[in-house]
Amino acid sequence: METSRPDPSALLQKLQADEKRQKRGRLKIFFGAAPGVGKTYAMLTAARRLYADGVDVLVGYGETHKRSEVAELMLGMEILPRRQVEYRGTVLGEFDLDAAVARRPQILLVDELAHTNAPGSRFEKRWQDVEAVLEAGIDVHTTLNVQHLESLNDIVSQITGIQVQETVPDSVFAQADEVELIDLPPDSLLERLKQGRIYLPDVVARAATSYFRKGNLAALRELALRRTAEWVDTQMQSYKDEHRISRVWPAGERILVYVDESPLCGRLVRAAKRLAVGTRAELIAVSVETPDSLRLSQEDRERLVATLRLAESLDAETVTLSGRSVVDELVRYAQTRNVNKIAIGKTIRSLWKDVLLGSLVGDLIRRSGEIEVYVISGDEEEDPVSRAPHPRFRPTSPWPAYVMAAGIVAACTGVDYLLFRRFDLANLAMIYLLGVVLAAATCGRGPSVIASVLAVAALDFCFVPPRLTLAISDTQYLVTFAVMLLVALLTSTLMVRIRDQAESAREREKLTSALYAMTRELAAARDFEELIANGSRHLRETFASSVALLLPDDAGRVKVPTEDKMAFEVDPTDLGVAQWVHDHGKMAGRGTGTLPGARALYLPLRAAQGKVGVLGVRSEEADGAFAAKQLYLLETFANQLALAIERRRVLADTQQAKLQAETERLRSALLSSVSHDLRTPLAVITGAASSLIEDRTVLDEETKRELTRSIYDEAERLNKLIGNLVFATRLEAGNVSLRKEWLALEEVVGPALTRLREALAGRPIKTTIRRDLPLVQADGVLIEQVVLNLLENSLRYTPPGTPIEISAWRTDKTIVVKIADRGAGLPQGTEQRVFERFYRGTSASGTAGMGLGLTICRGIVAAHGGRIWAENEPEGGAAFYFSLPLPEAGPALPSGDS
Amino acid sequence: MNTPACAPLVLVVEDEPQIRKFLRASLIAHGYRLEEAETGKQGLLLAATKPPDLVILDLGLPDMDGLQVTREIRAWSAVPIVVLSARGQEQDKVAALDAGADDYLTKPFSVAELAARLRVALRHAARTQSGEAESVFQVGDLCVDLGKRVVALRGEAVHLTPTEYRLLTTLVQHAGKVLTHQFLLKEVWGPADVNEVQYLRVYMAQLRHKLEVEPTQPRYLLTEPGVGYRLAGE
Repeated sequence: METSRPDPSALLQKLQADEKRQKRGRLKIFFGAAPGVGKTYAMLTAARRLYADGVDVLVGYGETHKRSEVAELMLGMEILPRRQVEYRGTVLGEFDLDAAVARRPQILLVDELAHTNAPGSRFEKRWQDVEAVLEAGIDVHTTLNVQHLESLNDIVSQITGIQVQETVPDSVFAQADEVELIDLPPDSLLERLKQGRIYLPDVVARAATSYFRKGNLAALRELALRRTAEWVDTQMQSYKDEHRISRVWPAGERILVYVDESPLCGRLVRAAKRLAVGTRAELIAVSVETPDSLRLSQEDRERLVATLRLAESLDAETVTLSGRSVVDELVRYAQTRNVNKIAIGKTIRSLWKDVLLGSLVGDLIRRSGEIEVYVISGDEEEDPVSRAPHPRFRPTSPWPAYVMAAGIVAACTGVDYLLFRRFDLANLAMIYLLGVVLAAATCGRGPSVIASVLAVAALDFCFVPPRLTLAISDTQYLVTFAVMLLVALLTSTLMVRIRDQAESAREREKLTSALYAMTRELAAARDFEELIANGSRHLRETFASSVALLLPDDAGRVKVPTEDKMAFEVDPTDLGVAQWVHDHGKMAGRGTGTLPGARALYLPLRAAQGKVGVLGVRSEEADGAFAAKQLYLLETFANQLALAIERRRVLADTQQAKLQAETERLRSALLSSVSHDLRTPLAVITGAASSLIEDRTVLDEETKRELTRSIYDEAERLNKLIGNLVFATRLEAGNVSLRKEWLALEEVVGPALTRLREALAGRPIKTTIRRDLPLVQADGVLIEQVVLNLLENSLRYTPPGTPIEISAWRTDKTIVVKIADRGAGLPQGTEQRVFERFYRGTSASGTAGMGLGLTICRGIVAAHGGRIWAENEPEGGAAFYFSLPLPEAGPALPSGDS
Repeated sequence: MNTPACAPLVLVVEDEPQIRKFLRASLIAHGYRLEEAETGKQGLLLAATKPPDLVILDLGLPDMDGLQVTREIRAWSAVPIVVLSARGQEQDKVAALDAGADDYLTKPFSVAELAARLRVALRHAARTQSGEAESVFQVGDLCVDLGKRVVALRGEAVHLTPTEYRLLTTLVQHAGKVLTHQFLLKEVWGPADVNEVQYLRVYMAQLRHKLEVEPTQPRYLLTEPGVGYRLAGE
């Protein structure tokens, strides 16, 4: 790679510059659009931070403008005394250069770089002082407004109407090591001004009303932003030079190149590209669709498309506008996009055409205003894009239209023949004119021209004496004919134009409404599949094409989703093309310059946040290519689709994130709960066991038994807690699979009561389960867990010895189980909350659970499609209910025996 | 070790040293002799070289599946096997029982429970070995005379349908042991109906209503949720 090695002399230059820079202090500019944006404030705030970090900061010249907030910032910092200069009787305080250099701080703060020193100072301008300080190897922080930049002086005075005297050379700005833009929107600035928080220099104060207008401020702000951007760009450039990065990054400039169907446009685009590269500008290739362009031949369209694709391949943005006049549209678009230069081809038309029809170049130059227009000559260099000859004559109307036009003229002749005896020749001419208008309205341009000529000929032949010859007796008829021909041609031209415009409006209307319909349906789609289906259906209908949407997988490989049944089959070759399109974000395939061998055209689906997929479109028509206009529309549709897909994705992501946050919250609640609840029984066990181990002799038998008993009880409790925890976690994670079987409720209640036999001792238990209760389809182990948890819950929250009642009955479509106690009941309003995770009531026994038991119940019942709820009993106590759905059909039972 | 040589030999296959320690202490206290294995392979080797009277087998072993150990032992031995497993592994229990294990215990378990299971398993094995079947089964107020085909509750005869009787006698023959749904269905209704759990539900309910005082808190016909049924043996 010989070419990429930096030039040795350039390298040397850079080294020298670096060396110089190393010795030199660093310059940091706090840059703003107007007074009052807060430059001094920002500079001092930053300095205070450095000062606090132990950096030796000296305020060389700080302008408080009598503002307390700024003065406050300078409190406690070292401030260089000002040099007193007497000038015309007044004493002025100036920055003391010599004292500053003698003091040698690490960083020197000097406000208002553009300031002009009092006469008699060493340097005329403050920026020269600053240069001297920098040369001395001291870093300088300073402030500057955009209006003080030399090169912008003119522009600023144009904008604000004020000539700024104090200027700083651009080179000072360009050589700054750091530029910090202090940006404030015009509205906020005006608000500050209203509050009197802005100091205005005298000159400006006088014209404050005209200076602080929103428009002015916006323009100044833009200037400041752009200057900063350019500075950053230069930095980037030097960075890239240093690191040998050759790719050009776009700067602020934009060049627009106008392309039409002309074969020379390929050359034009290339020339414009060269221009763009030279000025590091962005290139936009624009074609304009006018009523005229609707009648372009297929070859012309192809050529236009090819030119636009060529532009794309040169990294240009391509845009197709539509409107009546090319110049109007170009100028309007150029203004909205802040285009600085327009490139256009030199037209090869004869002078008289330019005079009659107006010259595009001339019009454009006249109308372009501040935008520079580059006219690039059409050399003889043949362009590979356009080897096809430019056709001279384009029959745009089929022959039946000509026959019809002739018929109309014949009909007019017939009518005139009837009127001939009674009416004047002028009236007969009127009838012909009517016919020409009719022909223009119905048959198109060519036939209407033919009709005009035929009408004049017919009038002459049939009605102007001498009749039945083309000769005329009176020369005054020549005027009649000439006027009539002219009028006929004019009206027909106008009629045709109106018709074309109506047609094009209709077509645009149709497409707009199609686009609108698609957008609406995309927005209304319930899920991703519906979105894809709706999108591709609209594309299919609007463009009469087969459509395939290819979406990338996690690895970025695009493919047609299997759910999309309507997609055309994408063969491996085409899949490769689609992948290329996805990877490069550029259109390719049939009808384009890239991979034209593909069976379909592939467009990248790009949205705000990146690529979402590829759209494949295969035209049903024989040639399979799309016209530029259609291509443009396709792109619009594709953009809409991409946006809709992205929106849907973002929505899904948001939901996912929400879910994750919720899970995270739960997890931490669980952890804190677990650590407490598990440690309590463990503490008891450890304590009791250690007493038993350490001091056997001191403890009497009774105490020993008690301790052993509490170890056993706490271990049991721990076991239950862990069981619940594991269960809740599994339910939460959704990996509890139901093992449904036919189940008798009796057999669920029984084992639960058996397992709790010890705890239930001393309590009257009443069970009312009807014998004829049908079997349910449920997971026996899980439903037993529900009953167990509900029973334990009742045990925990009711005093010992109080009764518990279990009953079950059948409703229409469910079986309901009720477990009621005679305790204090649930506090008002907590009937739902008891099922929430980690909710704990006030326990009667003093041993609160983890608040998971009922949550588990709810999870299990819900998994069975049932419902769980709690109520307070009218006669006191709480009742917990759960219902399980009964299946439509009962189980198959063996034939009965007796 | 003062345990007599004729005391039943129990092989414990369990990888957790703490559980082994606890089992050793309690089993010796209950008058059993003990062999211990940490892995399935070691267990199989010991079972072959020093044939035990009973095997306590943990289902979660480090080297091989407890289910596999059960199958391999069953390939050549009828020694009773009691499996140990955690709660929530009902499927594993059923699989182990269907593979030939005699009973199971859910961790954590008490010594009393363990002793009861071991007694039942050993008694059952002894009976099978001797070939003699007790013709009269008595537990609590329930008496089943297999020879006379009479079921009596508190001395009064109870009328059962043929299917109910078949179900009850199957349980009686394995009294104290847990029987899986599949096993019961196969024994009572035949191999074609092994998946019709609802048959069992219906007939067990009928039996309970005929034999139990309080069917929801049964004394004899015990339900093992997710696994099967057990007739109380003592």
